Amino acid sequence: MLTDIINLSLLASMIRLSTPLILAALGGMYSERGGVINIALEGIMLSGAFTAAAVTALTHNPWIGLGAATCAGLLVALIHAVASIQFRADQVVVGTAINILFLGVPALASGALFESTGSTPQLPREQTLPDWNIPLLEKIPVLSQLLSGHKPIVYVALAMVPVSYYIVFRTRFGLRLRAVGENPEAADTAGVSVTRMRYAGVLISGVLAGIGGAYLSIGQNSLFTRNMTAGRGFIALAALIFGKWHPVGAFLACLLFGLADAVAIRMQGVVAIPVQVIQIIPYVLTLVVLAGFIGRSTPPRAIGKPYVKEK
Amino acid sequence: MKTFLRETVFSLIAVVAAFLVGGVIVWMVGDRPLLVYELFFSSAFGSIDGIGYTLFYATPLIFTGLAVAVAFKSGLLNIGAEGQLIAAAFATAWVGLVLPGWPAVVVVLLAMCAAVVVGGVWAGIPGVLKAKFGAHEVITTIMMNFIAVSIVSYFTQYHYRRQGDPILQTLPIASVSEGIVTGPHIPRIHALLAPLGINFPERLPLNLAFLLALLACGVVYVFLWKTKWGYELRAVGENPSAAEYGGISISRNIVIAMSLSGMLAGMVGINEVLGYRYRYYDGFSAEYGFTGIAVALLGRNHPLGVLVSAILFGALIRSSLFIDIFTDSVSRDWVAILRAIIILFVASEAAFRFVSRRRAQRAEG
Repeated sequence: MLTDIINLSLLASMIRLSTPLILAALGGMYSERGGVINIALEGIMLSGAFTAAAVTALTHNPWIGLGAATCAGLLVALIHAVASIQFRADQVVVGTAINILFLGVPALASGALFESTGSTPQLPREQTLPDWNIPLLEKIPVLSQLLSGHKPIVYVALAMVPVSYYIVFRTRFGLRLRAVGENPEAADTAGVSVTRMRYAGVLISGVLAGIGGAYLSIGQNSLFTRNMTAGRGFIALAALIFGKWHPVGAFLACLLFGLADAVAIRMQGVVAIPVQVIQIIPYVLTLVVLAGFIGRSTPPRAIGKPYVKEK
Repeated sequence: MKTFLRETVFSLIAVVAAFLVGGVIVWMVGDRPLLVYELFFSSAFGSIDGIGYTLFYATPLIFTGLAVAVAFKSGLLNIGAEGQLIAAAFATAWVGLVLPGWPAVVVVLLAMCAAVVVGGVWAGIPGVLKAKFGAHEVITTIMMNFIAVSIVSYFTQYHYRRQGDPILQTLPIASVSEGIVTGPHIPRIHALLAPLGINFPERLPLNLAFLLALLACGVVYVFLWKTKWGYELRAVGENPSAAEYGGISISRNIVIAMSLSGMLAGMVGINEVLGYRYRYYDGFSAEYGFTGIAVALLGRNHPLGVLVSAILFGALIRSSLFIDIFTDSVSRDWVAILRAIIILFVASEAAFRFVSRRRAQRAEG
């Protein structure tokens, strides 16, 4: 029975299921490293997922859908940025408002566009994102099963891990971003625009979480359904905390959650356990991770605090 | 008095602005904003039925609004009221189901206790996780929501459902025939007012829980502003380090605030199970927990403000059905969007106040 559950295809499915989490968690990292809590990841993912499916259904082209989802994520992140950076609103409250907003917006828009209540039309398989076979990798036995034949967004997510590490720890931009998240006064004194850096962090998070959302609706599935993120934005935040706001740490944490998800899906066919019990595994794991295993995880020092420039 | 007036004006501005933006959205999906506004007022306030239903829908929102407000006062955002009230509502029905044949009064009292205790525990867990491990309550309460939904639906489906029932609901704890309820339940407002010679329509589901909600407003007010515990709780919310310096335990107050918050949210179960459906019905909550956040923010975390804004949101829920039916392209989700816009406006408006205060300070200094 165990061999039915644990095998190579389980790991491949772990990678697929981790993908939206990885993108959202990395996105959250940019925002939070800059000092802005991004509770809105869930809502941003929903906006991306809905936009991707809706635009693909209208244009019959998943790439346009993906582009639109990226823009949607950016726009929603802009709402967050304006409210929490410009207007210095409570970041957690703003994030929550955005999450609630995108419980409603897709439902209303799908009603207006497709005369349905909350979902978009089923896309034919050729109109979802294609599976990519990686030329050389395809020939290597184990790795090909693990890493080849995924949707393009999977590779984007995997690539973003080292790229994010480089950006955050090896570039001037990254240094400044971390500076405004740790000590905005000092960064300001050194001539760094706190507002501009924070905007950049939040907007990047919007782009990445939007793409992560698109993966759900036009990669992993072929339509948008009501509240289809099912808490992934929050799980990504937990992974970010578990990974101590570090790209590699967050990546590994996301893999752990992806694995839990993959095992849960496998168990449904094999073990006689009610589906509800299996469904709660990732959520319980999140609680356990936040409570027990992390030790103390220290957030960026100025996180959640609006910055007021001294005159 | 001056601050009271200013807060009220700010809340009113937020509501009006949200309705205007909501009107633009109606126009964008190709319908007439004025029609929607008219439907809102006429269906929610235009008749005794409208008012009765508006207050009925306001009842759970008073509970969740108070729940969010109490947590807010101690600096916490409880976005898990949804899970707390679902767990509590199931517990309420469960007490009725496992104690058949017990005197109805005893069952009702025990079921009420179950609602309060289960709600309190469900929120207390994130409270403990926050106090002990620093786990952010927004993430943990959301996780507890998903867990509550799954566990409750499991027990409903496999253990307490009538064989072959296509609807995901438990067996009834009380039976209704020709308008007469037998079994554990709380009376409707009709039954309470009839002895006084007031004729309130029997068909309206408004029940004793509404009076409990009003009572809860009073109790929360007294607790927060007239007791030592309430003072400590607010002190932790306003300035944790100063509170700790003054000998107030932050972690103790976090657990207390979250548990109280959950207890209030749990009382929704009383309205739903003992006062309305006499069973647990899966998916009964029209996002009362999330709406509670908007209610608390708009009501300035004050019981009186919570009461007024709960009635506003109750009216929105009441009218959403009519808006859905009597317009071509506006669905009931319009109400959900309005709710989010109100939160956004109220949250950002705090900034305007902040800015004007700083300007004043600068002018003085």
